[in-house]
Amino acid sequence: MDLALIPNGVQRCSLKRFLPWMLLWSLVVAWGLVSAFLCFYKGLNQTNMNHYFAFGLWITFDLSLIALGAGAFFTGFLTHIIGKEDLKAIINAAVVIGFICYSAAIAMLGVDIGQPLRGWFIFWHANVHSMLTEVSFCITAYLGVLTIEYLPLIFSNRKLNEIREFSIFGDNLHRTMAVFAAAGTFLSFFHQGSLGGLFGVLFARPFAFREGFLIWPWTFFLFILSSIAAGPSFTLLCVWVAKKVTGKELVKRGVFNMLAKISGWLLTAYIILKILDTISWAYGVVPRAGLSFMDFYEGPYGIWLMIAEIGIFGIIPAIILITPRLRERNGLLIIGALMNITGIALNRFAFTIQTLTIPVMPFDVFMSYFPTWQEWGIALGAVGYGILLFSLSYRYLPLFPQEAELNPVKVLGKAVTDSGLVQRR
Amino acid sequence: MFPFVFEWTWDAGYLIFMGLLYLVLGVIAFGLIYALVKTWLQLRAPHRK
Repeated sequence: MDLALIPNGVQRCSLKRFLPWMLLWSLVVAWGLVSAFLCFYKGLNQTNMNHYFAFGLWITFDLSLIALGAGAFFTGFLTHIIGKEDLKAIINAAVVIGFICYSAAIAMLGVDIGQPLRGWFIFWHANVHSMLTEVSFCITAYLGVLTIEYLPLIFSNRKLNEIREFSIFGDNLHRTMAVFAAAGTFLSFFHQGSLGGLFGVLFARPFAFREGFLIWPWTFFLFILSSIAAGPSFTLLCVWVAKKVTGKELVKRGVFNMLAKISGWLLTAYIILKILDTISWAYGVVPRAGLSFMDFYEGPYGIWLMIAEIGIFGIIPAIILITPRLRERNGLLIIGALMNITGIALNRFAFTIQTLTIPVMPFDVFMSYFPTWQEWGIALGAVGYGILLFSLSYRYLPLFPQEAELNPVKVLGKAVTDSGLVQRR
Repeated sequence: MFPFVFEWTWDAGYLIFMGLLYLVLGVIAFGLIYALVKTWLQLRAPHRK
């Protein structure tokens, strides 16, 4: 029924198999929509956020999604500005993943602010000394950049490409892509950093507070480095899952190796700096605040969290991903990438939740927080939305330029050599 | 009000922050307008012939 929309030279499952898959994830999205409706209709009392936990699951998810979506800007930077030709095989998927991550994050923020109709206040009444203002401006503008980067791919759809206006506009946008990639890199650099910076400047919260360079606390630089370490791993993991679900080779093995190598070396640099940062924090900020190291690790957020973040999900994946012998083994490659993104998500969790859980006043007590089903609904709804959009993009757009070559379609026993895919030069 | 911020004041903070923002938005707008104009010219080309 939808054969006319499927790119030439590649095979897709039947609509009968595709629709139940879509229905499954649509149900998850529906759960998110019901939760969002309740939050808009009844207010943020539908969540377990309170005066202690102004940030909850959504901000943890937001920060993680934005870090993992960094694969789009960093792959774009390496492809369009540095000129890494091999990454062209994966740049379309990286853009779609980035678009999903940022659009989902902004949608979640729309619910999180409680009064989305007043969302424009942060732009109009801009506090230029606030890291959060910078984040708001940058992620909104960067979502615009990602939309522009996504457009040529959408116009490459077989039917849309028959419309001359779309086809030419898509080509021209594609030829101008280096400009957008440069703008995206600039915006991403600052909002990834400022997301870390906004915790690092919390002078009254010694768990998060850091010294730094000029106006930027060290967390500014650590967040940038951790996001560009995790982004390529997340792209790798998504493509790997797509490969397993579809049962097709989507990119050459060398592309996975390159992403893993880039991710591994960046993670290594990040982990070394993170360890140095933690030591300097433990011997600097902590005693100056009149506290001891173990004062920050109580209740459900014990020292295990730091060991897990830096040791298990930091050092181990770094070793796996930088060692050619290890990353060439499929199982270890995926474990390494998965551990990498888990470590970065744990880092975002620690900065968002653990920072707020630690008492800062003599009368405060150690608090813990667990999200309500509405909070889970919106967070998982974002995941469902991502899977839906990625599935649609994979089905109807030439997402992987190497797919036709790696999976030749045979007609009467002969491989069809003319893939018919739109190849943008 | 000028330049497009309600509480605009002429100090370094505003100039750097908004200056960089408008610079990057300008670059994005330039890229988009360039692609649109080029498309328009290419679409008009056959009619000229």
